[in-house]
Amino acid sequence: MTGSQPVVVAEGLTKRFGAFTAVDRLDLSIAKGEVVGFIGPNGAGKSTTIRMLCGLLRPSAGRASVAGFDVGRQPEAVRAHIGYMSQKFSLYGDLTCRENLRFFAGIYRVPRQERAERTHFAITMAGLEGREDMLVRTLAGGWKQRLALGCAILHRPPVLFLDEPTSGVEPQARRRFWDLIHTLADGGVTILVSTHYMDEAEYCNRITMIDAGRLVAIGSPRELRQQGLGGQLFEIVCAPLGAALAALRQAPGVLEVDIFGDKLHVLVHEQAVAETLRPFLTEKGITADPPRSIAPSLEDVFVQLVSRRSKAPGDAGIKP
Amino acid sequence: MFERLQVMLMKEFLELRRDRWAMFRLIVPLIIQVIIYGYAATFTVNHVATAVLDLDQSQASRSLISHFVATGRFHLVDVADRQEQITHDINTGRATLAIVIHAGFAQDLNNGRSAPLQVLVDGTNSNTALIALGYVSQIVGQFQAEEMSGVPQARAGATAPAVTASLQERPWFNPGLTDRWFFIPGVIATLTLVQVVNLTSFAVVREREMGTLEQIMVSPIKPVEFILGKTLPFFLIGFADVALVTAVGVLWFQVPFVGNPLIMLLGTSLFLLAALGLGLLLSTFSRTQQQAFALNFFLVNPLFILSGFAFPIAAMPRVLQWLTLVNPLRYFLVVIRAVFLKGVGLDVLWPPLAAMTLLGVGMLTISVLRFRKSLD
Repeated sequence: MTGSQPVVVAEGLTKRFGAFTAVDRLDLSIAKGEVVGFIGPNGAGKSTTIRMLCGLLRPSAGRASVAGFDVGRQPEAVRAHIGYMSQKFSLYGDLTCRENLRFFAGIYRVPRQERAERTHFAITMAGLEGREDMLVRTLAGGWKQRLALGCAILHRPPVLFLDEPTSGVEPQARRRFWDLIHTLADGGVTILVSTHYMDEAEYCNRITMIDAGRLVAIGSPRELRQQGLGGQLFEIVCAPLGAALAALRQAPGVLEVDIFGDKLHVLVHEQAVAETLRPFLTEKGITADPPRSIAPSLEDVFVQLVSRRSKAPGDAGIKP
Repeated sequence: MFERLQVMLMKEFLELRRDRWAMFRLIVPLIIQVIIYGYAATFTVNHVATAVLDLDQSQASRSLISHFVATGRFHLVDVADRQEQITHDINTGRATLAIVIHAGFAQDLNNGRSAPLQVLVDGTNSNTALIALGYVSQIVGQFQAEEMSGVPQARAGATAPAVTASLQERPWFNPGLTDRWFFIPGVIATLTLVQVVNLTSFAVVREREMGTLEQIMVSPIKPVEFILGKTLPFFLIGFADVALVTAVGVLWFQVPFVGNPLIMLLGTSLFLLAALGLGLLLSTFSRTQQQAFALNFFLVNPLFILSGFAFPIAAMPRVLQWLTLVNPLRYFLVVIRAVFLKGVGLDVLWPPLAAMTLLGVGMLTISVLRFRKSLD
């Protein structure tokens, strides 16, 4: 993290739609060149937050600034300094790649002398050499998505908001897309990217987890894995799985049990508890291997944080 | 400003060009509709299916019937010999009109008494019935005049000759009272309104549905630039529509165009401004094309009925008359009919032109203001 001024700041950012609060007092601070992942289930408020930061939606309360401009008061200035890509593919399908680029270059008033170079850059970045004059609607998903990114950065925005940019794109193309994101970040672009693929969260410098409009946790993937659980995670191979799940939920010292494939992930207070698990299960007629200590995945952390929050609302968030 | 507008327009026309059916959709329905209107829309009543029950069977009664047939307005479908037959004809719709000549008709005439003549008419279509009855009294009047002149002076001369006022009819602007002359200009206005409001509202809602609207709204483009870029193409298309349909009206249907083309140009521009404003306004109320379609569908009939296209505004209840005041079609009908048939100038036409300007500017302003909000 650099010591300079944060590029994206949100303080108590709130959006209400009638009686429904989509985003609830969200605080956020992103430094220049950071790639911050925005993780949460559908409807958690990821898109709404991003749309507020883009100046598309007016915050109901709180404030936010992007690249030094207040999103509520100076939305026009904010828009000139950001690139945005929505989960919905949003280029003109009846226009060719080149025509789409020309359109957005004009809309963003990219200086004429830079246009050829920027267009070339976008085409190369998207890997669309030789396909410049194809209609966009005939392109495959990965290409469309990289072209959309190309259109979003034609005007060299210092901040990039990507709202589930990889949804519906094949894994290989997703991987390639993330490489592009890091290339941009290395060039000093600040990026906030939402996703519901937990594996993608690992690519981010920092992760913001939100659920039901509230911030659940914020930190680097490592920090979250270490502190997010509030216990130790063990994996047990056992059968039958359902009976084991029910039994362990009643076991003393067990905080959380979840099914992961053909195994159970068990969160316990301390190492000592883990050693009691196998005898506990055997006693109940369930065959089990000895518990194996594992590093929690971000998915574990997220599931754990959300369920802890729903049990004790209001105090679960961790902020390193 | 200019550059963004330029790329907006370029994009719109590229999309239009790529849309293989666009030209078909823009032109063919319009031409077909104006042709249908040109031939089918008429108030004139001809070939009225007529049944006759002649209980007098005299020379006079036969002469009266031949008067009816000779005009071409009435088409004899049944010569009945009983009253029930007449009732049946009208009930089944075989005849719209029935003439019953009672026995003693000729005798009464000869004796100088008033000879009763019964006319039954199917009043389901009140307009047709009214017009047909008008013809009937005309023909009967004519018959009467001829019979009177045949009556020897001696008998009629007992009294002084009646002084009659003679009516000299001179319809201005449409001497032949041709319905088509009245309808075609109205059709041009109506079709253009429907077309332009449709196209505009759908075009904006389509971008909303595709997600491109959101992509444009996060750019620094100003609402005015976007809206201009979105509406200017339809302004041009609207003009082409008016020109096309006017050409059909003047060249094919021979409707005279006696007015100043410049006033037509001005009137059309202002009308299109109002139509675009209305289309945009609808688009700010619609999230999907279905909603836009429903709104359009809901509005077309009231706009049409409350415009004075076919039904006189002066005859409407006061509340509906007020509603017509916000209907741009109402004003353009005045202008386009005046330009086609009357040839009057700005000194007469400025009020409807001013009203369309107000409506257009008002609706466009509201649209621009509502535009940002509509993303929320």
